[in-house]
Amino acid sequence: MQAQLTKGNEAIVKAAVLAGCRAFYGYPITPASEITEAAALYLPQVGGVFLQAESETASINMLYGGAAAGIRCMTASSGPGISLMQEGLSYIAGAELPCVVADIMRGGPGLGNIAPEQSDYNQIVKGGGHGCYRTLVVAPGSVQEMADLTTWAFDLADEYRNPVVVLADGYTGQMMEPVRFADPIAVPPAPEWAVRGTALTRRNLVTSIFLEPDLLERHIRKLEAKYHEAERQVARAECWRTDDAEIVLVGYGIMGRVLKAVVEQARAQGIKVGLMRPITLYPFPVATLRELSRNARAFLVAELSTGQLVDDVRLALDGRRPVEFFSRVGGNVPSAEEVMAFLVHTFGASIENQEVLVHG
Amino acid sequence: MGSLTVTHERADSFFDTFERKAELQHQTHYCPGCGHGIVHKLLAQAIDELGIQDRTILISPVGCSVFAYYYFDVGNVQSAHGRAPAVATAVKRSRPESIVVSYQGDGDLAAIGTAEIVHAANRGEPITVIFVNNGIYGMTGGQMAPTTPLGRKSTTSPFGRNQWTEGFPVHVCELLNSLEAPVFIERVGLGNNKQIMNAAKVIKRAMENQVKGLGFSFVEVLSPCPTIWKFNPVEAQRFVREEMAKVFAIGNLRDRTKEAVQRPAATPPPAVEDIPRILGLVNGEAEAPPTGRPDRALNLHIKVAGFGGQGVLLLGEVLAEAGLESGYEVSWLPSYGPEMRSGTSNCHVRLSSDPIDSPLVSRPNVLLALNEPSLRKFLPALEPGGIVLYNGEAFPEDCARRDVRAMALPFSHLADEMGESKAGNIIMLGALLEATGLLEEEQVIGALRRLVKSQRWFELDLKALECGREEVRKQPFPLAEDYLWGV
Repeated sequence: MQAQLTKGNEAIVKAAVLAGCRAFYGYPITPASEITEAAALYLPQVGGVFLQAESETASINMLYGGAAAGIRCMTASSGPGISLMQEGLSYIAGAELPCVVADIMRGGPGLGNIAPEQSDYNQIVKGGGHGCYRTLVVAPGSVQEMADLTTWAFDLADEYRNPVVVLADGYTGQMMEPVRFADPIAVPPAPEWAVRGTALTRRNLVTSIFLEPDLLERHIRKLEAKYHEAERQVARAECWRTDDAEIVLVGYGIMGRVLKAVVEQARAQGIKVGLMRPITLYPFPVATLRELSRNARAFLVAELSTGQLVDDVRLALDGRRPVEFFSRVGGNVPSAEEVMAFLVHTFGASIENQEVLVHG
Repeated sequence: MGSLTVTHERADSFFDTFERKAELQHQTHYCPGCGHGIVHKLLAQAIDELGIQDRTILISPVGCSVFAYYYFDVGNVQSAHGRAPAVATAVKRSRPESIVVSYQGDGDLAAIGTAEIVHAANRGEPITVIFVNNGIYGMTGGQMAPTTPLGRKSTTSPFGRNQWTEGFPVHVCELLNSLEAPVFIERVGLGNNKQIMNAAKVIKRAMENQVKGLGFSFVEVLSPCPTIWKFNPVEAQRFVREEMAKVFAIGNLRDRTKEAVQRPAATPPPAVEDIPRILGLVNGEAEAPPTGRPDRALNLHIKVAGFGGQGVLLLGEVLAEAGLESGYEVSWLPSYGPEMRSGTSNCHVRLSSDPIDSPLVSRPNVLLALNEPSLRKFLPALEPGGIVLYNGEAFPEDCARRDVRAMALPFSHLADEMGESKAGNIIMLGALLEATGLLEEEQVIGALRRLVKSQRWFELDLKALECGREEVRKQPFPLAEDYLWGV
């Protein structure tokens, strides 16, 4: 298919339909509403279900029902709505149901505002609901990736029988870029465990309750093993001009894009800077970061929160290299110039040293 | 002795032994005299009699009946507290041929799940809801329920339920009866054998309604809880009959099954190959894809800004769309805000021969300012040598730069003269194109054709484009035509 100028939020829905998603349960919220609106437009036309629920709580539980019935299904929301969905996400993960949730992050806490932030990182990546579960998290940095990672999210959800979150910010949801969509696939057959109201599936049970401690422990260990497997198989990142980089910038989503411009500006000034952009936030690309730390002297994390991603970077590097941190919040997205100024200010001394070395 | 005749046997819809239970697999976990055992039996019998065991999916709640799936040999989905009607909604919509039962207690349905039951009922989901009301929280050990009668003591209403502090008991049937969609609402009791026989009939009706595809059916069952009520089973039944039934009148509140019409069948899904067209991913006429990059290198950082309603976002979109058609990398990023009046609006547009790093435009080399506040806000950031087009007779004296290429024209006024005051944005686009030769006419018109849905507006915009070009031809913009290339 030809590249088409597409809004990030709409790209998610189109990619979902092409990937065989046939149910969307959602509740409007800025800046994610275009997802619900596009789902309302397209799903009924492809023989799917669209339902505007009474709340995000209902939406996520409808997702639980749709997934239990063996349908590829999704919902979308933003900060406050995602908070309401955390209960349901815990049940979905506990019952090992596949589904996709898009979170188009806005400013918080509370009502905050509707401008872009990345402050849902902890509630999504660390799991905001109760119990030992994780959601797999993909983080698009372009509209093309809004499509591609949504497609991948449905496959991951089925493979791991776990909710997968497409975690993007308001800007990535609202912006338009050219997208080449994948070819449509036929709706995948319902999985064997699904409860479909047929003789064949009559003995199937979807539940997250394990009354006996030994049984629950066995279940939790099974989930744990699954997550460890995902950590080995799924982690993904983009490394941009890192081959000779002495300073590696780390950021995802819209910040990953701003940081690419910072790389260009820094290199124009002769500073060897590269970018590591996590594409999966859980599993976190730990190995990639550690590999980069062999050549890089320092890392600079930039994110739209007071420090959530940076914790994972520090954990991954485990003291191997210094980690500096730059943040804007409240809906402000820094310009490349602003980050560049911070970079020069922070690493100024070492940059000058480097020049001395070069001339020496 | 003669042979024995079995008159009551275990329903086929029950398991013979309850293997999902950890121990005591020949008996239920319900207390002696508990109403759930009876309601389970009536439901299982109804499933048997209607011959729908294979099709039935039971949604179990949180509460004493959380383990309903121990007993029912049907498809089972266990749900979160209060959310069974939401889960049931999606199961039924996903599998319309299945028979979906949402089974809930009073805390689950009438307290934490109030929103879910009201909205499932209001949508007329064609499911069956069995609501077991014993006026108390059983599984958690005797706390007050939304349906606890006034004056009754519980562990969280130790002085008796008081209307001033705990409110009145919630009458769910009556509440749902105020909605348009439900087809069947009835309250039954388990106060004696006669009431139980009637409950059996009503539960079967509620299931049969679904088999016939009629709509939302709701049965509330006044049910004894001897353990928490601290009664023996006989006293508990008497309490249902004589006390509960006084608060919650037994009887049918609604039966619209005769008038109910079957839901229209869903339209069959399209062929897979047809889906891209439905998603608008296939253009009607076959268009040749852009052939590689255009010869001229370009790296534009465009900022378009003005009031909401001036067509700021559309102007940016036309540039991006036409840029894409011309073979450039493009991005368009709007500032977005609440959908309220009199806001300002701006967008960031990138057109580049190379892949675009940041879609944010912090140092524009083209500024299209549709009002004075936007000019004042963004002009200082304009790259030296950049272009600014301003919607006004002249630049304000305190707001001008000598190191940029500037043109002020009253675009809105020109639009008024054209008879369409909102076309100022496209007149400005025409002026920009004429002054810079940025994009070919064909791609710009193609972009307008795709983005402007109304034919009247499309034609107006063509006139507006020409008007802008004409203005620049009249008083040439002091620009070398090719100056932007290779910026």
